[in-house]
Order: sequence, then structure tokens, then C-alpha cells
Amino acid sequence: MSTEPQSGSGISGDDSLEDAHEKNKRVRRVLFGCATVTVVTTVAIFLVLFDNAASYFFGARISEMIAGGGIERTVTFTEFFTGTRWAPDHSTPAHGVLPIVWGTLAITIGAGLVSIPIGTATALYLSEYANTETRNKLKPLLEVLAGIPTIVYGYFAVSFLTPVVVGGIASNIINPTGAWLESVSVFAPFVIEPVSEWMMGVRVGRYSLLAGILVVGTMTIPMVSSISEDAMQAVPDDLRNGAYALGATKYQVSLRIVLPAAVSGIFASYILALSRAIGETMAVTLAAGFNANLTANPFDEIMTMTAYLVSMARGTSAVGTVEYQSLFAVGLLLFLMTLSMNLLNDRMKRRFQEEYR
Amino acid sequence: MSTQRGDLFADIDLGREKLINRLFYGLLVAASLFGLVILVLLIADVIWESYQGLTTFNIDPVQFLTEPSSSRAERAGFGASIVASLWLMALTAVLAFAIAVGCAIYLVEYAPETRTTRLIEANLANLAGVPSIVYGLLVLALIVNDAGLGSVILAGAIALALLIVPIIIVASIEAIRAVPSSVRDGSYAMGATTWQTVRQVVLPQAMPGILTGTILALARAIGETAPLIMVGTMLHATRYPSGPLSSFSAMPTQIYNWTYQADRMFNGLAALGIVVLLVFLVVMYALAGYLRKKYETEGSITNV
Repeated sequence: MSTEPQSGSGISGDDSLEDAHEKNKRVRRVLFGCATVTVVTTVAIFLVLFDNAASYFFGARISEMIAGGGIERTVTFTEFFTGTRWAPDHSTPAHGVLPIVWGTLAITIGAGLVSIPIGTATALYLSEYANTETRNKLKPLLEVLAGIPTIVYGYFAVSFLTPVVVGGIASNIINPTGAWLESVSVFAPFVIEPVSEWMMGVRVGRYSLLAGILVVGTMTIPMVSSISEDAMQAVPDDLRNGAYALGATKYQVSLRIVLPAAVSGIFASYILALSRAIGETMAVTLAAGFNANLTANPFDEIMTMTAYLVSMARGTSAVGTVEYQSLFAVGLLLFLMTLSMNLLNDRMKRRFQEEYR
Repeated sequence: MSTQRGDLFADIDLGREKLINRLFYGLLVAASLFGLVILVLLIADVIWESYQGLTTFNIDPVQFLTEPSSSRAERAGFGASIVASLWLMALTAVLAFAIAVGCAIYLVEYAPETRTTRLIEANLANLAGVPSIVYGLLVLALIVNDAGLGSVILAGAIALALLIVPIIIVASIEAIRAVPSSVRDGSYAMGATTWQTVRQVVLPQAMPGILTGTILALARAIGETAPLIMVGTMLHATRYPSGPLSSFSAMPTQIYNWTYQADRMFNGLAALGIVVLLVFLVVMYALAGYLRKKYETEGSITNV
């Protein structure tokens, strides 16, 4: 920790002046090299994903095409983007990516419906209501929630959320409600009967969309709450005091002064949480499953893009197969989705930083 | 607020306002408690399932901690996965630390205000938002298959290192910026070069902060599952890894494969594995917290 010069050498002692400047230049080049590693990583992600995804659509990687390899259309973009069945590894393969994109979107939207209201309310509580002592206790606990590995959430989904919570909702609320609707369906049979039949038929298997939504929603609460709270804390007290002077209640100040004033920072936290939900892998795989269904039924099994990647991971053994190539097509799509979210988030953040300074 | 009376406020129903305020407050408290309730449930669930594993399925704790895994639940242990995770952590730290700190030093101390610098900084924010599974895909294509390294510990460590480099950089930048510029100016006034200043003045002061950030980043890496699955891991870590070039299944991937099995005994094993993983995390967070605290008190003395 000491800032004293090393023993006897003096702060510029161990080299002659010229040597020291030479060394400084060399070090500078090395450090610049370190800094470029991050840029190289991004470029490598782009190139590798594009290169390998090309073999999925054209039968040859871009690097192979340049080397003179033949091109044959294996999967058309039309089929990829508009097909409604996803089974590249099936004996009668289908290459429509929509079902797994839908799976990812359903989880993301559902998780947002959980984490956005709860996270925002938590942020409001921490920023506007809680006293210092409560805050100092609650904030670290929320950080713990953010620090738990996603695989643990996945286990929690399998061993508790799905059997107890989702199963409980189905057999104690949905099924009885369906039975009750059935008994009163004489009043409007054509409207009620399809609903009641669906409700009575709800069964919860090993995986469900609802379990995925709950677990991903919970995981993203801390991101919404901590970033939103920062934005709310940045709102100057003058605005609050002005409202109080006009006779506003705390509720009115929270909802009509603080929320609107912090809105871009709050939105940035939403985008970050949604982007995280898109890329979330282990918890969603263990909670929502591996069946590429185009369904909005919360009790059905679905498959997200990330779950597909996990289910097809074979390490070295599958190189050259359609399954292996499809990994990179899906991975590229996933990367582009999160990249656009991140760029949006970046713009939001910049706006938020400019607001009060 | 509550004692306001008289004609001025005649059109305001104070009782109603009070009720709304109270309901709103209750709603906020309930929302804040939601996360805590889930946390408690999660920990209780893991402990309960571990207890079930130890009692109902008679899992021997010593065998669990020392034996490698097996496709037969009664013979499965976690030892090989723990060792694999330790290898991963060591290699990841070696691969990521120097590059990340080097990048941070460059950005704070050397980088001119140019477009290249802005590009590097903007790219950092982007990298932090890339899903971890994408790093796994990158390493799978480039290192595991194109370079022919295979699904080995080193490949997994490269994926994890790529994942945490941006995290360590951000933490290091913060730690280096926290060193007061007066200290730097003093060094420059003595005729020191930038590198001499960095090495002998800035880094010694920033190091605790950098180490704290690194430990937290490694804590993130030790629980990462998806990149390792993409790189390729063994279904069961049936033997101890002999070095960086042996195949493996780390703690989180072994937990995943156990969770995925239908046999209830594997679920007990997974719960015990989670307990071990969480113990590792608690130790790492405690170490980071200790360093931060020490740093804070010493920092305040230097700044006086």
C-alpha cells in the first residue's frame, strides 16, 4: 500500500532517462494490445457466427466459399424466417425458427410482466420510503438474489416452482374454476364451454412456460430495482420539495414527480432486464423445457432459442452436421437480438446521464 | 399533512388521500418483500432437498466430496467436478487478469481522446451485454473445433475468461480512477514516466480494488453453466481431470446433468452440489468484502 519508492532506487532510479522513456513506449504498445483484445472479441463473435451460420444456409462456410467451395442452398431464408416447425435434427427436418423465437419472446414478455412492476415498486420503496437502516439491509439481500448462479434457479424451478407453485395453480385454481364454469355454462354454453373444457384439461408436466416466466422474472427483479433506484436517487430533491410545498402527498410525489423525472433511466433498466431475459439460458431450459411449441398456453412446454442451443450442444462430435450448423444460425439471431437491445439501452443511458447535471 | 383543516382544503377528501397513500405503501412493501420471500424459499428448498438426499438416499458426505461422478446415483460423487472447477478458476484468472488490467491501465492512464478510444469504451458496454452462451459458441467453433483443442478444461477457461474480461476491466477502471490525481502529479513532478508512475504509484494503491473486482468476476464465472455446456462437458465427471487438457464436467454443469435426470436420488445429489457451489460463492464474496473494507479504511487514511 505504501507509495514510497522502492528500496533506494528512487522513483525513476532503476533505468537511465532514455531507457525509461523507451520502456514507457514499449509498455504503452503492450497495453494498447490488451485493450484491442476486447474489440477483437466482438469482431470474432461476429465473424465466427456469420461464417458458421453460412454453412447452414449455403452448405459451405464463408471461409470455404472464398477458398472456392461450392454453394448449394440447403435452407432458404423464407423457410427459416416464416416456417412454423423447428426440428433441424428430425428425420423429416423442418427449419422454421419462429417457434423458438416465439418461445424466447414469450419468456421475455412474461418475465417483464413480473420483474418490471415488482422491480419498479421495490426501487420506489428503496428510494422514496425506506429509511437508511432498512435500505442498508434490503439492498445487499437483493444483490444476493442477483448473485445466485442461474443453474441454482433452474434447480429451484424443477424441484419447487413447477411441482408446487405451477402445479398448485393448475390443480387448485384452474381446474376447479373450469368445473365451476362447466356447471354454470347453461347460461352461455357457446362462450363458456370451450374455456371451461380447456381449464379442466390443464395438466402440468415437467416443464411449463409459466415456470420459465416466474423464474426468469424473479431473476431480473434486482436489475430493474437497482438501476431504477439509481435513476430515482438522481432526481433532485428540489423537485420533490416543490411538489410537497404545493400540498402533494408522498404517493403523488412518487408517481407523478419521481417516476416521470427518472423515466429514461427506468426504461434503461427495463431494456437491460429484457435483454438479460432473452439471453438467459440454464434456468429457462430447466423450467420451460425442450419442446418447440407455438403456444401461448402458460401450462405448456416450450423451447427458447437458448434452450435449443443447450439441447444440441455436443462438443466435438457433431461437426459438419445440420444440427451443428443450426447452432450458429440460432446463435447469430440471438446475438443480434441482444445487441440491438444493448444499443437501445446505451442510448437511453446517455439521455438519462444528460438530464441532471 | 395530517392536521390540515379548514375551507382551503374543503374539496380534498383527506381520508381518501390517506387511504390511497397507505395502500400504495403496502403495495411497495409487498413488492420489496417478494424478492426476499423467493430467496428464502430457494435456500430452504435447497437445504430440504439436501437433507432428503442425506437421509432418504443415504448419500455419504465424505464419498460425495471425494469420489468422481457416476452414471449410477449410489456411486456418484462431486470430487472430480470440484477439482475441475478449481482448474477452471485458476486458468480463467491467469488468462483474464493481465489482459483486463492492462486494458484498464491503458484506458485510464494512456489513452488519448480519439475515436479508437471511444470505440474501445463503447465496445466494453456491448460485450458486458452479450449472453454468456454466445461466448461458448465462439469458443466451440474457433478453439474446440477449428483449432482442434477439443472439449477440454482450457477451452472452458478461455470461454469464461472472455466472459469476465469486460467485468474486470470495468472494476479496474473504477479502482484506478479512484487513485487521487495529486499522487500522480507528484510522481510526474519528480520526472517519472507514465509507466513508472503507474507501476510504482498508481497500481499499488489501486490493487485492492482491482483484486476485489477480479474475485467478484471469478464468483460470476464459477457459477456459469451455459458456456461450458456449449464448449462440451462430460455427462458425468467420472474421473479426476489430470490437467488443463483433459475433458471435464465442472460443478455447475454436473449439477445441471444431475438435475436433468429423472431419478430422485440425482436431485438430492444436485442439491448437495448446489450447497458446495454456494459455499464457494460465500467464501469468494466474503474475501471480496474483506478486501474492500480493508481498502476503504486504508484509503481514508491516505486521503487525509
